[in-house]
Amino acid sequence: MNPALKNTALFSVLGILILGTGIMQGWNTALLIVNMGLISAIMALGVNLQWGFAGLFNIGVMGFVALGGLATVLISMPPVGEAWAAGGLQIILGLIAGAATIAAAIFAQKRFAGRTQVVLTLGVLIAGFFIYRAVFDAGVDAVEAVNPAATGYLGGLNLPVLFAWPVGGLLAAGAAWIIGKTALGLRSDYLAIATLGIAEIIIAVLKNEDWLARGVKNVIGLPRPVPYEVDLQNDAGFVERAASLGLDPVTASTLYTKIGYGVLFMIVLLILLWLAQKALNSPWGRMMRAIRDNEVAAEAMGKDVTARHLQIFILGSAICGIAGAMMTTLDGQLTPGTYQPLRFTFLVWVMVIVGGSGNNFGAVLGGMLIWWLWVMVEPLGLGLMNILASGLPEGSSLRDTLIDGAAHMRLLTMGLILLLVLRFSPRGLIPER
Amino acid sequence: MDILNALVALANFVIVPGLAYGAQLAIGALGVTLIYGILRFSNFAHGDTMAFGTAMTIIATNMLLAIGITFGPLPTALLALPFGIGMTILLVLGIDWLVYKFYRDQKAKPVILVIVSMGVMFVMNGVVRFIIGVNDIRFADGERFIITARDFKTMTGLNEGLAIKTTQAITVVVAVIVVAILFWFLNKTRTGKSMRAFSDNEDLALLSGINPDWVVKVTWMIVAALATTAGVLYGLDKSFKAFTYFQLLLPIFAAAIVGGLGNPIGAIAGGFVIAFSEVTITYAWKKVLVYLMPESLEPDGLVQLLSTDYKFAVSFAILIIVLLFKPTGLFKGQSV
Repeated sequence: MNPALKNTALFSVLGILILGTGIMQGWNTALLIVNMGLISAIMALGVNLQWGFAGLFNIGVMGFVALGGLATVLISMPPVGEAWAAGGLQIILGLIAGAATIAAAIFAQKRFAGRTQVVLTLGVLIAGFFIYRAVFDAGVDAVEAVNPAATGYLGGLNLPVLFAWPVGGLLAAGAAWIIGKTALGLRSDYLAIATLGIAEIIIAVLKNEDWLARGVKNVIGLPRPVPYEVDLQNDAGFVERAASLGLDPVTASTLYTKIGYGVLFMIVLLILLWLAQKALNSPWGRMMRAIRDNEVAAEAMGKDVTARHLQIFILGSAICGIAGAMMTTLDGQLTPGTYQPLRFTFLVWVMVIVGGSGNNFGAVLGGMLIWWLWVMVEPLGLGLMNILASGLPEGSSLRDTLIDGAAHMRLLTMGLILLLVLRFSPRGLIPER
Repeated sequence: MDILNALVALANFVIVPGLAYGAQLAIGALGVTLIYGILRFSNFAHGDTMAFGTAMTIIATNMLLAIGITFGPLPTALLALPFGIGMTILLVLGIDWLVYKFYRDQKAKPVILVIVSMGVMFVMNGVVRFIIGVNDIRFADGERFIITARDFKTMTGLNEGLAIKTTQAITVVVAVIVVAILFWFLNKTRTGKSMRAFSDNEDLALLSGINPDWVVKVTWMIVAALATTAGVLYGLDKSFKAFTYFQLLLPIFAAAIVGGLGNPIGAIAGGFVIAFSEVTITYAWKKVLVYLMPESLEPDGLVQLLSTDYKFAVSFAILIIVLLFKPTGLFKGQSV
């Protein structure tokens, strides 16, 4: 079978699966899967850029996704004027003091040598830390004291929420630059551990720095780029159009908003996919693959391996940040407690490997397919377990274990799929050309 | 008197917990470092191996308790530990035969093995949840304390108490025994020597007639035993929860890398470095400083450098600092 036909067939299978879900479980469920699937596909594109193009092993996807979510809050929520008055400037001063300390320490480290270097660097760090804490903590206390039940944070810029998507990418890119500067050029496992660690730290910051995004108190009611269902239901024109299609207003409004999100996500996905395809087939993409396949040879040809790695690491992370901002927009809330590495880092890796690392269409297919499976495994597993347990007497402990176990089928299935694909089809569903 | 009080407070809140946590991390890191040394990849499933071993031990503990067997003042889980280790050995040998062996024979790149271990991690995580659920489980029984804070106060007449939990003492004692046996094994026995030879130079070891399959099997067995022991000790000291064990991966890897991947002594040192930095940086020093400073200089705040939620940040920062200045770790590790 020629590749084009095979790819069409694979995407058709995906379409049939989603259509089937729509017919069996209702179109709202199907559209929810499509929307998150599109976001997952974008995350997979980002990881594919890093792993498939350049062979960089980034397992900190969760951190970049969460930074994108933070951007949504910082851009779209209205600013809390009272909190700004109480301690906003002081927090910013504190952060500047912190940044200045690190800059001064790096300067001392580079400028001096021997014992002076050690003493000065440590001295600057310790003194700077206490100055930073003194200024910063007071500001934080003042801000968090402002109406903690409803705000207790600085708020955002009150800009349209769509601006948050590129900004999420920028935030993630900034974090990636810092990580890349320190950890790239070290061995591949060290980069893995470093990214794993930074992701945990980003989540810890989001959970604890209440002045920034309310921590585990969550920011809810983020502005939406599509109209609210209630407004649509009260809109006479909309109700009329819905009736002409034979839909009741409630169903029609939920479908309308979901399709709205879907169209927005699809536009972003298509733009990024187009860019990624352009990059893959450009001289730059060929250089990346050359570096991936043989670093020493590429370096001997005069390519700056570390700089190129940094570049693609930042680009890939930025895409994950964009996807994170889109996801938080779709959820309408930022809940730092829900970011889990298995779901946001390792699942994306399963998507990339299953789809086909090094192939952008593979990443998109893998993203949507694996997301569909992730959602459907639980109902399918429960059905399977019910069939398995049907022969067992009511109330037997094995029966209960089997049925409770269905809830944990997801991780097991994902692991098995990853292992099977790696073993029997290591290049994925749509292999790299 | 004030200095004594300060020392006791320090011992109670920093030294004792740090020693216990350090010992747990060290045993965990030994497992990671052995896999790295012999099989040459970073095993991301290690945290879940620990969780599986602990889950098995908990099940055996419950069975022992059900038929009325306890270990007197010591936790029953110690009696059940051999069963947990046995089951974990069976599991990892099975996984090695089913999964890893294929890639070893292919001489796959280390990073492929790391991704494979991610798949194993998912499966094991699912299996553990399937077996024992996702709840927090406490399974320590027997005496809770060797010495309670109140007893210590009446005994010494100091203001500060020093409490030592049984589990903390057991952790340190078991760790010493485990490490002693491991080092005796690696340095004195034939198999241990062939493992070290294999780790130093695979080709040379193969040329001198070392059977690689046997070396790999023994490594997995030792790693299973270490992982189960570390997991049970951690669970006794705190509690068992599948997700927490997955998160232990970060400090354990930090410990192994800080010490030098592939170097057992480094893993132990790394474990204690990470544990003590986490505890000291997230500890509120006010209690100690109150005794040491003159009254006028007493601190107002808690003098806590970072809130406890940032303990991951600490292990990570130590890791980065060591990597920047000593890329192969404190003790010379391997680099692939």
